[in-house]
Amino acid sequence: MLRLDGVSTRYGQIQVLRKVSLEVRQGELVCLLGGNACGKSTTMKTILGLVRPFEGTVEFQGERIDGRKPADISRMGIVPVLEGRRIFPDLTVEENLLMGAYLRSDQVAVRQDKERMFGMFPVLADRRRQAGGTLSGGEQQMLAMARALMARPKLLVMDEPSMGLSPLYVNRSFDLISRVHAEGVTILVVEQNANMALAIADRGYVLQVGEIVLSGRAADLRDDPAMRMAYLNTARKD
Amino acid sequence: MLAQQLLNGLTQGSMYALIAVGFALILGTLKLVTFAHGEVFMAGAFVAYTVVSLVGGNLLWAFVLAVVAAGALGVVIEFFGFRLLRNAPHTSSLLVTIGISTIMVNAAQLIWGAETKTFPLGQETGSVTVMGLTFTGLQLTVYGVTLAMIALIYVLLDRTKVGMAIRAAAQDHEAAYVLGVGINRIYSLTFALGSALGGLAGVLVGLYYNAVYPTMGGMMGLKAFSACILGGLGSVPGAVVAGLFLGEVENLAVAYLNAGYRHVFSFAILILFLLFRPQGLFGRKENIR
Repeated sequence: MLRLDGVSTRYGQIQVLRKVSLEVRQGELVCLLGGNACGKSTTMKTILGLVRPFEGTVEFQGERIDGRKPADISRMGIVPVLEGRRIFPDLTVEENLLMGAYLRSDQVAVRQDKERMFGMFPVLADRRRQAGGTLSGGEQQMLAMARALMARPKLLVMDEPSMGLSPLYVNRSFDLISRVHAEGVTILVVEQNANMALAIADRGYVLQVGEIVLSGRAADLRDDPAMRMAYLNTARKD
Repeated sequence: MLAQQLLNGLTQGSMYALIAVGFALILGTLKLVTFAHGEVFMAGAFVAYTVVSLVGGNLLWAFVLAVVAAGALGVVIEFFGFRLLRNAPHTSSLLVTIGISTIMVNAAQLIWGAETKTFPLGQETGSVTVMGLTFTGLQLTVYGVTLAMIALIYVLLDRTKVGMAIRAAAQDHEAAYVLGVGINRIYSLTFALGSALGGLAGVLVGLYYNAVYPTMGGMMGLKAFSACILGGLGSVPGAVVAGLFLGEVENLAVAYLNAGYRHVFSFAILILFLLFRPQGLFGRKENIR
């Protein structure tokens, strides 16, 4: 569904990504792992059209999307969930959901989807007239997810869903992601917390200084000695 | 007597509220303090004056054309003062709006001359007296227009999709952008809307005092800015309340103390608020940078 092939990018003189290749297939939950400043965000921005690669290609459903405008890419069905949830604090929960469907014009279906989200996340239904900013961190994560789903994404790209959440909410947040995945949504999660991400993902890629150094099935990555050394032990909280 | 003074203050305050709401919309959404707002106000007054001098007493056309012209000016100012400077530091935009305001004052002097113009409307419109209070036709017009505009802005912002997008963009423009909101269009529209309100206030003030001159926007722009700080940066309801409040205070100062104290009171209140409640009446602390 999504395929990056030999993608390299730079900011000014500094090369950030070096021949990054990765793939997300229909229905998969794939995670892209790595520490700070390893190029995770740049990879995400490249997929969303916010950064242009100077070599390599990005394909979505067989069409090249590198060099296209972000708005066109989001219209094709790639929907991001930004780091930090980015709920509109003074819009009500309901309005936040409607903003997710901003590009859709099928009002009847939008209303149905909204009710479906309230069914999926009853907490949000209870708070539908409340301002988004009054929700707890975990509730905001749900709202961010539901808002993204309102766009009927073909591919959900999530940036650091665990960032800034307490350990309890990190767990809930990943439960939420696997729930949404179970509903049939294809997801790419960009994440530092390798333990959590590999626990729910089908496959994973590991980025280091702009290069993919490891990739494979999530279960294999969890047992990979290099992986354990580099990430899992340090990331382990228990 | 006091009631009559309060009524006059309400008139003044309505016009402040109108121009301040426009200012607050722009400030709240684009995070830009526009120093050309007073000049858009002035331009609105001059367009109305020109229409009335050319085609005579039909005020409706004067209002409509002034609002349209002010809105169009807003689009131009947004383009040069904001969009072209998207990646520049924020102070650049601010300085450009100061430059635009200077250009506009001088352009108005070139086109219409520096002397004060009066509307060739002949006799004052009639007045009605209710319970000992006298309302002039102009006052009623000011109340009516202000009320209608505030209601219109409320409905637009709160009940329509584009209004929701404006609010969303004001709160987190990046998040709105990735959801597909055309940010440039929203900014342009907001600037046009805010400027149209400023232009409308210009027509009302020009008619009410029957005086239109190129520098009439300077003090008004500052008053709009004051009302915005008083109401809470970028808060539309705050701008309405603060505008009415400033109008009342000024009017009472003129009536009971001395006409010279008029601006002193407004700005003294502003300074007190900045010292003791910088977030204003309706603002939040975290909005202050």
